[in-house]
Amino acid sequence: MRNALAFWRRFSRNRAALLGLFIVLAIIAVAVAAPFLYPDDPMGMVAQPFLWPLQDPEFPFGSDSLGRDLGAQIFHGAHVSLLIGATATIASVLIGVTVGSLAGYYGGWVDEALMRFTEVVQTIPPFILTIIVVAIFHSTIGTIVVAISIVSWPSVARLVRAEFLTLREREFVQAGIVMGMSDFRLIVTQILPNSMTPVIIAASLMMASSILIEAGLSFLGLGDPNVVSWGAIIGAGREAIREAWYISALPGIAIIAAVLGLNLVGEGLNDALNPRLRRR
Amino acid sequence: MQKVVKRNILGYKNNESKSQRAPFHSTAGSLWTDGAQERLDPQRFHVPALIKPVLSRLWRSVAIVVAIAALNFIIVHMAPGDVADVMAGESGAASPEYLADLKQRFGLDQPLIVQFFVYMGRMAQFDLGYSFRFGRPVASLIFERLPATLILAIPTLMLAFVMGSVLGVVASRRVGTWRDAAISVGALVFYATPLFWIGLMLIILFGVKLGWLPTGGMQTIGANYTGFAYVLDVGRHMILPVVTLSLFYMAYYARLMRASMLEVFGQDFIATARSKGLSEGRVAYRHVLRNALLPVVTVLGLQVAHLLGGTVLVETVFGWPGLGRLAFDSVLSRDVNLLLGILLMSSILVVSTNIAVEALYRWLDPRIGAA
Repeated sequence: MRNALAFWRRFSRNRAALLGLFIVLAIIAVAVAAPFLYPDDPMGMVAQPFLWPLQDPEFPFGSDSLGRDLGAQIFHGAHVSLLIGATATIASVLIGVTVGSLAGYYGGWVDEALMRFTEVVQTIPPFILTIIVVAIFHSTIGTIVVAISIVSWPSVARLVRAEFLTLREREFVQAGIVMGMSDFRLIVTQILPNSMTPVIIAASLMMASSILIEAGLSFLGLGDPNVVSWGAIIGAGREAIREAWYISALPGIAIIAAVLGLNLVGEGLNDALNPRLRRR
Repeated sequence: MQKVVKRNILGYKNNESKSQRAPFHSTAGSLWTDGAQERLDPQRFHVPALIKPVLSRLWRSVAIVVAIAALNFIIVHMAPGDVADVMAGESGAASPEYLADLKQRFGLDQPLIVQFFVYMGRMAQFDLGYSFRFGRPVASLIFERLPATLILAIPTLMLAFVMGSVLGVVASRRVGTWRDAAISVGALVFYATPLFWIGLMLIILFGVKLGWLPTGGMQTIGANYTGFAYVLDVGRHMILPVVTLSLFYMAYYARLMRASMLEVFGQDFIATARSKGLSEGRVAYRHVLRNALLPVVTVLGLQVAHLLGGTVLVETVFGWPGLGRLAFDSVLSRDVNLLLGILLMSSILVVSTNIAVEALYRWLDPRIGAA
């Protein structure tokens, strides 16, 4: 509890991090509020098409080329972006932690094999691989999450491996070995909890990049066709970009806000959890 | 406890070479005597210091490309439906006999392991198969589109690297001032902005509202420029896509460079350099910048991988006839051969960059031992 308080004090001293946290919480609020504020299907045609924002007080965000309420789409889109961002991050962290801890703990050929594999994955252009996976295995939220985590885990694996390499030489781990702890218990209960700091920081940055990848996919028309997503609205708005550029502009601002907020939180965590590096 | 002494390519122990090669690490000079003996060993001088590690990198790169080709094979076979199904679907009517005939013609009735070696053998000859969407061999399609992507990617990387580094250096030398704040905030925002969105907004601003620049394609259709006029025309079409792609990476490099510079500024040898009476500018450019560049160069390979993904979006936004646009077209028609060919080709580009980065790195920092 005291630790948490001290952490919060360090985190909240950073105004940029607080701003980031505020943005992220606001977007979560938007996602939660969407079904209450806009209970109807956001894909429904409810308004006159091409209403500019603030033109009609009933639709403050305007409407798109088919007369769908942009506000409803953006609010519901927040839900999809956060959902995909969070699940893809959790999945990549799980893969990355598993690979990284096995490589770092066992070393030798296990390390060699896993790291070579990681290097191969890191060589493949990530966005192109996600496109291919989604294109081949149909676009659903599930495949998008899988595709994003396939390309995102290597950085976590490297971080965790580096932590394990130094931690496993430390005395508390040696003591655990002497006590006869199993490898599994040593990894999970001793080393892993001590190597979570960089993973937590990486996770918030990774969620930001997952949201960007998802936006790119749905912009190309590879998103889940059954849900609204920010990237898909921008892609649809392209058709009428010359006359009604606000359709593409507004969801873009939402994406920037979400990604910026998460990046700021990540940096704030970095500064608060690594006090030595706080100079920057 | 047994200590393994790793020796790098010049025969120095790793920790010694550091102190010898870096004039500003003079405090660690005590290790000098220990290493001097080995330095005189004439046999060690035969190996060209730059070539051998780059060669070993080359072998590793070949292994990586082979692994990616194998991965491609796995993806092809995990995909629902095979080539024969796709072709039969395209031709409309498909009797079981026709399907079986197709399967036999493509060797799909062979055991998986045989198919695997056949596939890898074809990859080794850069025979990437046939694109059903375009009705042409994948390899020739790729080579036709590659130059267009390269003339986007190379200027982007150069612009982003140079401008990003300059901005990062400026920010780091004036930490806490309005200039640092402006650069940092700008970098943060552009780092969070989707590429395709910047592209669209630039099109609206410079193409539609101001009418200064063309908004799509690689050349003016029907103009038939030749010689210098053609180059100029392509150049005008390049501006928006290159700027769109660059902003994100510029932001990335500016942030990285700033952090890296600040890190080096805090090290002891900088205090030494200052106490020698060197000017602030000389310290910043001769001592800090040279060291701060290293981590920035390291990420170049990763950035190229990321950038090639970005070209898919940017080429789609600007209708640029490159590899990325080709990838987008092949996604829409589920042209698996073409997609995997592009994946392999772009991985080869990444691997080649990594080799170049390795050489560049060694040139920048001769302290580094064999990888």
